[in-house]
Amino acid sequence: MPAMLRDWRLAAGGGVLLGLIVLAVFAPWIAPHDPLDQDLMAATLPPAGFAGADPAHWLGTDDLGRDVLSRLIYGARVALMVAVPAAAAAALVGTLLGLVAGYFGGWVDVIVSRLVEIWMAFPAVLLAILIVAILGSGVVSVIIAIAIIDWTRFARVIRADTMAQSEADYVTAARTLGFGRWTILLSEILPNVLPGLLALIALEMGIAIVVEAILSFVGLSVSSDAATWGGMIASGRQIIYQAWWVFAAPLAAVFISVLALNQLGDGLRRALDPIMRQ
Amino acid sequence: MAAAALNRAAMMAVTLLGVAVFVFVLLRVAPGDPVAMMIGPGASPQDIAALRTRYGLDGSIMLQFGLWLRAILGGELGTSISFHRPVASLIGERLPATLELALSALCLALLLGAMLAVVGTLSRRGGEAAVDGVSGLLLAVPDFVWSLALVLLLGVALPVLPLSGRIDPSLGTDFRTPFYLGESLVTGHWRAARDVGAHLLMPATALALPLAAIIARVLKGALQEAMVQDYVLVARVKGMSELRLVTREAMRNAIGPTLALTGVQFTFLLGGTVIVERIFSYPGLGNMAIEAVINRDLPLIQGLVLVFGLLFILTNLLIDTVIAGLNPKLRHG
Amino acid sequence: MTDALLAVRSLSVVSSRREGGPILRAVSLTVAPGEVHGVVGESGAGKSTVGRAVLGMLPRTMQVTAGAISLSGTELLTLDAARRRRLLGAHVALIPQDPLSALNPSRRIEAQLTDGMRMWQGASAREARRRALAMLEEVQMHDPERVMRCYPHELSGGMRQRVLIAAAFMLRPKLVIADEPTTALDVTVQRQVLRLIRDLQTRHRTGAILITHDLGVVAQICDDVSLLYAGRVLEQRRTAELLGEPQHPYARALLRATPRYDRPDQGLQPIPDAVMAACRSEIAHVDQQLDQQFDRASHG
Repeated sequence: MPAMLRDWRLAAGGGVLLGLIVLAVFAPWIAPHDPLDQDLMAATLPPAGFAGADPAHWLGTDDLGRDVLSRLIYGARVALMVAVPAAAAAALVGTLLGLVAGYFGGWVDVIVSRLVEIWMAFPAVLLAILIVAILGSGVVSVIIAIAIIDWTRFARVIRADTMAQSEADYVTAARTLGFGRWTILLSEILPNVLPGLLALIALEMGIAIVVEAILSFVGLSVSSDAATWGGMIASGRQIIYQAWWVFAAPLAAVFISVLALNQLGDGLRRALDPIMRQ
Repeated sequence: MAAAALNRAAMMAVTLLGVAVFVFVLLRVAPGDPVAMMIGPGASPQDIAALRTRYGLDGSIMLQFGLWLRAILGGELGTSISFHRPVASLIGERLPATLELALSALCLALLLGAMLAVVGTLSRRGGEAAVDGVSGLLLAVPDFVWSLALVLLLGVALPVLPLSGRIDPSLGTDFRTPFYLGESLVTGHWRAARDVGAHLLMPATALALPLAAIIARVLKGALQEAMVQDYVLVARVKGMSELRLVTREAMRNAIGPTLALTGVQFTFLLGGTVIVERIFSYPGLGNMAIEAVINRDLPLIQGLVLVFGLLFILTNLLIDTVIAGLNPKLRHG
Repeated sequence: MTDALLAVRSLSVVSSRREGGPILRAVSLTVAPGEVHGVVGESGAGKSTVGRAVLGMLPRTMQVTAGAISLSGTELLTLDAARRRRLLGAHVALIPQDPLSALNPSRRIEAQLTDGMRMWQGASAREARRRALAMLEEVQMHDPERVMRCYPHELSGGMRQRVLIAAAFMLRPKLVIADEPTTALDVTVQRQVLRLIRDLQTRHRTGAILITHDLGVVAQICDDVSLLYAGRVLEQRRTAELLGEPQHPYARALLRATPRYDRPDQGLQPIPDAVMAACRSEIAHVDQQLDQQFDRASHG
């Protein structure tokens, strides 16, 4: 395990993810203020270090006087509450279809491949917005939307991996020993496509955070006064000339999270791939 | 050859039909009555029934789909519920803006990606690692986040570029075509061209950055592979500079696979215009699409999604043609 | 030898990647105008490195540690990169081994023939084109007009090698380096190609280095031969002398292991182990002497 941490990608990506989890779980103890507490007397206070800053509000306050840092910390909750289940759901659907298409081939593969192609013809963001508009706002809708638009990412990669693995000698060996197809698929092939899958899940979590931010930005995600990064960005955009930090702070949070999860995915792929490891 | 082309055309038709079916079903199973929403409280049942008939909403789903399919095959995309205007003409007005944005982004991406790839190929280990680092960063962060970062950087911190719209209204809108950039460049209206370009620059850059990174990675690999070929050695002995070797000798052989990939990625870029146009209040298809979803404007949504699907398919077709034209072996084969 | 076109003196090259001895050790050779100098050896003997060193195109992992290379009296190793590029580009040409990969697949033959002339002689497109057509006729290509319009994949292997020879002689170079120019061709085409190189080189009084593993090729076109083994020159003489009465046991053994067009009845004989052992011990001896010389030179 320590050898894995020698890769800076894994260390940095994992570190940021761990930080996010801690912030999300312990938000009420970590956040200095209630994220919904309004104080119009202390509206648009700049972050610490700027003229007129209030030491009680490190990252300043927004136009309603809410503490930006506290909203950011609570925003991590929403980000993870969406990202983890959404990535898991997309991975589940995509992996299942990818495995089946890659291993059985034939008409199953034709159908899955056509579906993937049809999906790719949609602008993903438009589809996500459409789905949430239909299902109504809320965390669950956002999760379902992300799973529906992004299962193709998993299906494409897992399908190709499975096809490659099916040709391998150990699969032929298992087949001659008389193992059933599903047994081979789940006990022989699945473990070998797992490294690629884990890396994709890390990537997908980053994407899910962005999609949630996009949906909040458009005004469709969680209820509009709850603390979400996308919602903060959208409201910060309105007062960007008066209080740029309300916009900049959540943007930085999204930027760093996406970048870190991307590096984590990259690092995982390198560390877990048995060929690259040698 | 002909059979392969026919096969591809059939696949594309299936894809397009799939897109149509998908959206149609998605919207029909959705809760909520678009007519009731549109007409507002206090409308008489007669009014509602009249509207339903007008938009074909009272038949069975299969009937609605059949009516709709027959209409679009005849070029009739229906009437927008929120704009009270034909969907086709609304799309016709907005499509050029989106095309100008997407193509500008594509050009920027090719330029930046090629530059990164050439620098990465020419430089030694340290320089190459720097290029890899830059392209890794550009690739990891999506267009939505780049848009907002650019807004903060070039719109607010260093306010050099306009934050929204397509052209400064004070410059007037006496354009004959909806292609503002293309028209002002062709007719030599430099003031208008500069203004349209300035409005385009930020959204186009945001869309271009991730694509540039992909181009840089693939092209650099292909260039490095080409640079160790014998024909490059022969050209080097002729005394060509390293820069010329990369751009003249290696580039021609490396660009083919890169363009194929760029084509696929360009379809993602087209999808990206939706949110980027929204951020910069750019009057294109994407911005209108979000508007349409929020207003539950079913005919408009269907029309827009169909147009995006069509663009996806046409892009793939175009890229196939370009690549076949670029490869001398296929050209004469 | 003041009239030498090319003079390589005590050239040593080491590789940072390879353990053990140097790639080249104190290699000296000269090429006179109009003469062909063969560099012969087994693969790994360092013969290609000699050509690369003259061109200044050693891989990044290799370095020249001692010696000098001069072309018409101009010292190449101390010349700055831009001037060397200009000098070599205008006066030295390369005929590479594999005609399949030595032509750029996506440029027409015309462009590949004329670019050097336009770059270094400031020739107009029309002038360069005229010279290219003449050059193609000189290498006995049928229908040069058509060939000029072709892409490499439209030509046969033998035709491509002729195009490469034409390209090499386009600028009337002083020196041509031919690196295994016929290895990729079949035997009948081989002889034609060698004769072609020989004709052009004699007619234009071009000096040439011919790198090969094949003593049969050497017999056909070389005036002088350097026999390389493990980066050292074992024997260096006129071709006729070396082939007639080789002095070094390795040379004798190599000769017996080479197919002879003139005496096809004689079987091929592998090089005996004893000869190889003798070679290795001799190399150790030569190295010792060189080391002593080096020590004396650096202490004196």
